[in-house]
Amino acid sequence: MLDHLAFEPPKPKVIAGAKADWELVIGLEVHAQVSSNAKLFSGASTTFGAEPNSNVAFVDAAMPGMLPVINEYCVAQAVRTGLGLKAEINLRSAFDRKNYFYPDLPQGYQISQLYHPIVGEGEIIVDMGPGVARRVRIERIHLEQDAGKSIHDMDPHMSFVDLNRTGVALMEIVSRPDIRGPEEAAAYVGKLRQILRYLGTCDGNMQNGNLRADVNVSICKPGAYEKYQETGDFSHLGTRCEIKNMNSMRFIQAAIEYEARRQIAIVEDGGEVVQETRLYDPDKNETRSMRSKEEAHDYRYFPCPDLLPLEIEQAWVDDIAATMPELPDEKKARFVGDFGLSEYDASVLTAEVENADYFEGVVAVCADGKGAANWVINELFGRLKKEGHEIGESPVSPEQLGGIVKLIKSGDISGKIAKDLFEIVYTEGGDPAEIVEARGMKQVTDTGAIEKAVDEVIAGNPAQVEKAKQNPKLAGWFVGQVMKATGGKANPSAVDALVKEKLGL
Amino acid sequence: MSIDIDTARKVAHLARIAVPEEALPELARELSGILTFMEQLNEVDVEGIEPMTSVTPMRLKRRVDEVTDGGYQDKILKNAPDAREGFFAVPKVVE
Repeated sequence: MLDHLAFEPPKPKVIAGAKADWELVIGLEVHAQVSSNAKLFSGASTTFGAEPNSNVAFVDAAMPGMLPVINEYCVAQAVRTGLGLKAEINLRSAFDRKNYFYPDLPQGYQISQLYHPIVGEGEIIVDMGPGVARRVRIERIHLEQDAGKSIHDMDPHMSFVDLNRTGVALMEIVSRPDIRGPEEAAAYVGKLRQILRYLGTCDGNMQNGNLRADVNVSICKPGAYEKYQETGDFSHLGTRCEIKNMNSMRFIQAAIEYEARRQIAIVEDGGEVVQETRLYDPDKNETRSMRSKEEAHDYRYFPCPDLLPLEIEQAWVDDIAATMPELPDEKKARFVGDFGLSEYDASVLTAEVENADYFEGVVAVCADGKGAANWVINELFGRLKKEGHEIGESPVSPEQLGGIVKLIKSGDISGKIAKDLFEIVYTEGGDPAEIVEARGMKQVTDTGAIEKAVDEVIAGNPAQVEKAKQNPKLAGWFVGQVMKATGGKANPSAVDALVKEKLGL
Repeated sequence: MSIDIDTARKVAHLARIAVPEEALPELARELSGILTFMEQLNEVDVEGIEPMTSVTPMRLKRRVDEVTDGGYQDKILKNAPDAREGFFAVPKVVE
């Protein structure tokens, strides 16, 4: 099998300050909600949008005497994610308590994995365009509980708390500071989301908060980051600020952009950036300090006495590894290698696994990768997008579209007729080959018939014939006329050859 | 290790336990005493010994991924000092 496609790293983003040029150094902590039926430590449902406080077990509400029991499937999902990011899996991990008080955290602590996470170092290849990608190292993934939800706008004096999300399993996926610009940060989240969706370990729904990111941003002079990379010494980098809890790629980009400029202004004014937690306000497009968080940062972690260390067996990990799907990078490389697609087309087709599956369904029928890619991307996606449909709602099945491409490939229909045929299949349905037969859409390859049409056009347009003899480019006009006369059914290359022959070009 | 009064005050605040100012010196002294006692354990050489997490050789108990619990909003909210429209109602907390 093909390895990853070759790539070069992108250039880091440079922001011109008033006095100097600056580069950015960015690391992300992504919280991804594990796709599971039940919560991490209770048997309550994870379904989104239920009646408030109905998906809550006594253990989630931290009732006295209740003990957590781990959901093995959530562990398997974290392992699967780790394998998908080519990371080391820790056969022994352990849970710790992170202590803080907030109304949506009834336990007064979050069960997390500070000291011994279940997944260690991995990597993500972040595509920035054909042939350009950033290799971002993953530091760790740990399992932890989500908190509940506070609603502040239902009453002027009270906050309303819903514990339905309390205790749902999260994976916190922590990157190294390898990301060098706002666009790269958004692309990183996009690629991670794509991999998680391929793996089926997180649905990636950012709107519902099932995937959200904390972003660490610092600035440095050009050259300083390379020194950090050589030595691993963080003192070459600037002081970082953490922007909390963003659930949109657009906000992530805007927040980083704003935050970098804020830090540059401070440093160029002779000041110092203070390490702190900040919140992005999309309405004002600015970040502001969350001072209240600072004092609470003393989380007093300690091993959770309710839970033994989590020990898993290599054989169990191997079983999960044996069921891994083909991941985006491999699929893309295979599409380029096996079907001769451009990297761009392969990226489009592998963006969502449903698209890739559809495309492969088309190829299975027509055995023409490039033709299938062209029709899936340009005709089908274009049409679906226009009507606001998802691929799963396509009225044209892969078998039908494969049938159309096959008819083009065999020369039975022309590309122009194929568009009409696509329209019929899209709106009316039916088997493409039968439609072509029944409606007489077959391309005329019978040279005699085409010759007759060519002769007629030449005979009817003596003036054009004279002009074409001076200017051979005008042959195209005759081809057009013949195509028109035959209702588009003549084979264009056969017409072209005959026209040139008859005009003596 | 000794705990001073400021540390005692901070720990009490982090734990949301109201300790009157005059009780802090005694609290700091008691906490220091506990830590000093614990520190004696550091004198034992545990080089190369795995930390013991359980007195019996037990494996962490697992559950299967099935919804077996929940669906009793009334019980969850029963002890709440204030509950409205299915939510816990608490004094306004907003960043």
